[in-house]
Amino acid sequence: MSARPVFAALIAVSLAARAQHAGHDMSQMGHAMQPPPAEATNAKAPPASATPAPSPDPHAAHTMQGMDHSMHDMPTMDMSQTKEQAAPYTPVPVPTDADRAAAFAPLTPHAMHDREVHLFTRVDRLEVDDGEGAATEITAWLGGDVNRAWLRAKGRTDAGRLEHASVELLYGRLVAPWWDVVAGVRHDTGGGPSRNWAAIGVQGVTPYKIELRATGYVGDSGRTAARVEAEYDTLLTNRWILQWRAEADAYGRDDPARGLGSGLSSFEAGARLRYEITREFAPYLGVEVEHAYGDTATFRRAHDEDAHDTRIVAGLRLVF
Amino acid sequence: MLFPSFDAGTSRATLLSRRRFVQGLAAGGAMLAFGSRASSGVVQAPRVPELRGADLDLVIGETPVNFTGRVRTAVTVNGSLPAPTLRLREGTTATLRVRNALPANSVHGHETSLHWHGIVLPANMDGVPGLSFDGIHRGEAYVYRFDVRQAGTYWYHSHSAFQEQAGLYGALIIDPVEPEPFSYQREHVVLLSDWTDLAPEALFARLKTMPGHDNVYRRTVGDFMRDASKDGLRATLGDRGMWGRMRMTPSDLSDVNANTYTYLMNGTTGPGNWTGLFAPGEKVRLRFINGSSMTYFDVRIPGLDMTVVAVDGQYVHPVTVDEFRMAAAETFDVIVEPRGQDAYTIFVQDSARTGFVSGTLAVREGLRAPVPALDPRPILTMADMAHGGHAMPGMDHSQHAGMAMPHDMAGMDHSQMAGMDRAMPGMTHAASSTAPVHPASEVGNPLVDMQAMAPTSRLDDPGNGLRDNGRRVLRYSMLRSLFDDPDGREPGRSVELHLTGHMERFAWSFDGTKFADAAPLQLKYGERVRVVLVNDTMMSHPIHLHGMWSDVEDDAGAFMVRKHTVDMPPGSRRSYRVRADALGRWAYHCHLLYHMESGMMRTVEVRE
Repeated sequence: MSARPVFAALIAVSLAARAQHAGHDMSQMGHAMQPPPAEATNAKAPPASATPAPSPDPHAAHTMQGMDHSMHDMPTMDMSQTKEQAAPYTPVPVPTDADRAAAFAPLTPHAMHDREVHLFTRVDRLEVDDGEGAATEITAWLGGDVNRAWLRAKGRTDAGRLEHASVELLYGRLVAPWWDVVAGVRHDTGGGPSRNWAAIGVQGVTPYKIELRATGYVGDSGRTAARVEAEYDTLLTNRWILQWRAEADAYGRDDPARGLGSGLSSFEAGARLRYEITREFAPYLGVEVEHAYGDTATFRRAHDEDAHDTRIVAGLRLVF
Repeated sequence: MLFPSFDAGTSRATLLSRRRFVQGLAAGGAMLAFGSRASSGVVQAPRVPELRGADLDLVIGETPVNFTGRVRTAVTVNGSLPAPTLRLREGTTATLRVRNALPANSVHGHETSLHWHGIVLPANMDGVPGLSFDGIHRGEAYVYRFDVRQAGTYWYHSHSAFQEQAGLYGALIIDPVEPEPFSYQREHVVLLSDWTDLAPEALFARLKTMPGHDNVYRRTVGDFMRDASKDGLRATLGDRGMWGRMRMTPSDLSDVNANTYTYLMNGTTGPGNWTGLFAPGEKVRLRFINGSSMTYFDVRIPGLDMTVVAVDGQYVHPVTVDEFRMAAAETFDVIVEPRGQDAYTIFVQDSARTGFVSGTLAVREGLRAPVPALDPRPILTMADMAHGGHAMPGMDHSQHAGMAMPHDMAGMDHSQMAGMDRAMPGMTHAASSTAPVHPASEVGNPLVDMQAMAPTSRLDDPGNGLRDNGRRVLRYSMLRSLFDDPDGREPGRSVELHLTGHMERFAWSFDGTKFADAAPLQLKYGERVRVVLVNDTMMSHPIHLHGMWSDVEDDAGAFMVRKHTVDMPPGSRRSYRVRADALGRWAYHCHLLYHMESGMMRTVEVRE
C-alpha cells in the first residue's frame, strides 16, 4: 500500500468533512497559501478559561516596516491569494544555501522498531492429575503485529503412555482488531496411527474477553475434524485468577484405529485457580471434566476406559 | 571522589565489590556520583554536573549505576545520569562536540545521537539519525553547531533506539539576553525520569508480547461486588459489559508503571532525597523537566503555591496552582516562595498512581518534610475516552454510555448501538464536540482497536485522576503565552491526523499507518498550517514536532500557547498552528518512547 495517496485522500476527507472548509476548492490543496477560512466558520464555543486569551493584534504587522520586500522574495508565497491573509508579523526568513545544504542530505533511513519480529511462548498447562496422567499445552508465536507463525501443541499421557498429542503449525494473519485467521497443518500422534491434517480457522477474543479458537481440519482419505476451544479468566484478585477452559472435538467419520467416533467425540471443561507469583510464573490447582460421546464413548468402553472422567489437576502456567 | 570514572573494561570483581558497597545506598543514584560524604550517614544526593559556555565536549559512554540494589549499565554523558546540565546563552553560537565512546558489544547499540528537544536549529543539527544526519558511530564524533535563538528550559536526549530509557537525557538551559518577566533569587533544575533495570529492548519485547504486564489493577470480583452494592447490579453489569464488549480494561492507564520503573528526580530515587536549597524569603525558580520515557508525572509541593511562568521554555502569563501534570517531554518553570518551614517535599506521582519520587526543598541538607500518600488510583471512564462528560452538567453518562467505539464490526451488536443512541442526544448538545471523520486508512484496519466518537479539546480538563481533588490543578486552558501569536496568519490549510493504536498488539500509529509504512508529511516552506489531532486511543500521547513550534489554539481557534510537545489525552481533539519555517526532514512523534518505536511517528518534510 502506498501511503502517499492515502494521505492525500485523508486530507481531502478531513477537509471535506469539516464544515468550515466546505467552500474550499480541493484542487488548490497543494498551494502554500490559501484564503483563510472566514471568521464566522469557527462556530465553536468560546473558551471557558480562567484567563482571557490575548488575541493576535491585527495591527502588529503594520509596525514592521520593510517586511513586504522580504515576503516578495519568497517563491512559495502567492500574494494574489492572500488578500485576507496578513503577512506574518515576523517574516519567514529567506532560505540560504546553507539552509538548503543542511536540509536534505542523503542519509540511511531512520531505523525504528515498528517492523520488529518478536517471539512469545506460553506454557498454558503443565500439569499432573490425581491419577497417573500428565498433560501439557503450549502456545507460541513468532512474528510482527499482523503476520505471525503460530505453534499450538497439546498432549496427554496416562501412566507414562502417550494417550494423544496434537501439534499445529499455522500461519496467522490479523484480519480484524481481535481476530486472526489461521491456516496450516496439524499432526496427531499417540493412541493409534498418526494423522495429518490441513487446518484453517479463526482465533481471537470475543466481546466480554473470551479467548476463542475454532479450527476445521481436512485429513487424508477425506477425513474431517473440528475443534473449538474457549478460555475465560475470572479475577478473584489481580493475582488469584480462576481460569475457565472448554474444548470440544468433532470428527466427520469414525476412526476406530484412534478410538474416535464421528460427530462430537469429546468435550473437556476445566477450572483452574492460579496464583500469579509473576506474570511469567503461576502455579495452579484445578479440576477437569472430560466426556466422550457417541462412538468415541463406545470405543473407550470397549477398551475398558471410562467415557467420563473427572480429574483433579495441579500444574504450572509459564511464560518465556 | 571515591569512584573515578571507569570504563566497560572494569573487571567483574571490581564491579562486585562496588556493588556490595552501593547496595546499602541503592536509594541514591548513579554510582559515580557518590562522594565520600556517603559514609558520614547523610545520604547525599548526587549533584548533576553543569557545563557552561559556548563550546562544550560531551562523551557518550556506558556507566554502571545502581538504583534498585542491582548494578546495571546506563548510557551516560560524561559519566553522569542524568547527563550534565548544559547552560547556553541566547545570541551565541553553540558548539557541542559529541563523541561516541560506547564500548564494543554495547547492548545499547553502536550508534548514538543527541537531540536538542525544543530547540529551533538547522535540520542537520537536530540529531535524529536518518532524518537529520547519519548518527554518531562508535569511536566517531559529531560537532553540533547552531545559533541559539531562544531562551528557557529545555532538555536533550538520545534519538537512537532506546538509549533515552537507559539514561541518555539531560537538562538544557538557555539564559536569555533580555531580562526575564519575573524575578527569583535562586534556581534548581528538577529533571524527572523513569528507570528500569530491564534492558530497554527486553522491556519493548515484553510490551509487544504481554502489553498488560504492568496492569495489576484490573477490576476483580470483589470490585464488582462493591460496585454492585453501591451503584446497583444493573448499572454495574452495564459498565462491566461495556468494557467487556470493548475488550479493554479501565485500569489501563499507562503501559509501564512503577511495577517496572523506579522514578528518579535529578538521577536520584525517592529515598535518596534530592535536595534543593533555599533561604527563607527567597523566590526560587524550579525548572521541571519530564525526561521520562513512558511516564506522565503529577507534581506538587505541599504547602507551597507554584506560579507557572514558562511552559516548554516559553513564557506564559503567570498562573498559580497547587499541582500540574507533565506529559513526557514537557517542561514547566515555576516560581515558589518557601518560607515558614525549613523543608518542603517535592512530590511527584505517576498519573496512574502506582509510584512516586520525592525530593526536598530545604534550608540545609539532610532535612525532610512529610511525604504525602499516593492519591487514590483512578480508572478511565467512558468520558475519558471520548467526551469530557464531567464538565457538562447532566452529562454524566460516563458509566453507562458507550461513547467510544471498539473498532470491530463483529462486536457492534445492537445492544451496544442502543447504548450509544441513548448517549447521543446529550452529546449533540455539547457545543464543542465535533463528530470526527476518521481517515480511510483506519477503516477495516486491524491495528486500530477503537475510535473516538465525540472527541473534544478537553483543554479545561485537568485530566484523569486530577479532577475535583480539592487542589488547584493546572489545565491547558490556563496557559497563555506572554506574547501574541508571533506569526499572526490564519493557517492556509489543515492537516488532520488521528492517533491510533492496538492495545493488545502494542501497535501504535498515526491514522492507522505505522512509520515504516507511511510517506513523509509534506509542508511547503513558509506556509502556516493547522494541525488537528484526534486521539482515537485510550492512552495519552505527548506529540512532539521537531524544528518548529506548535502554537496551540483554544476552542475558538485563537492562539493560546506556544509549545514543543502537545499532550493529547484520550478522547481529545486539539489543534495547533505550525509555521513551516525550517527546511528539511523533521521527526514528528509521540514522545512515549515505546509508542514512537512501535510506529507512532512521521517524517515531516518542509520543502521550498
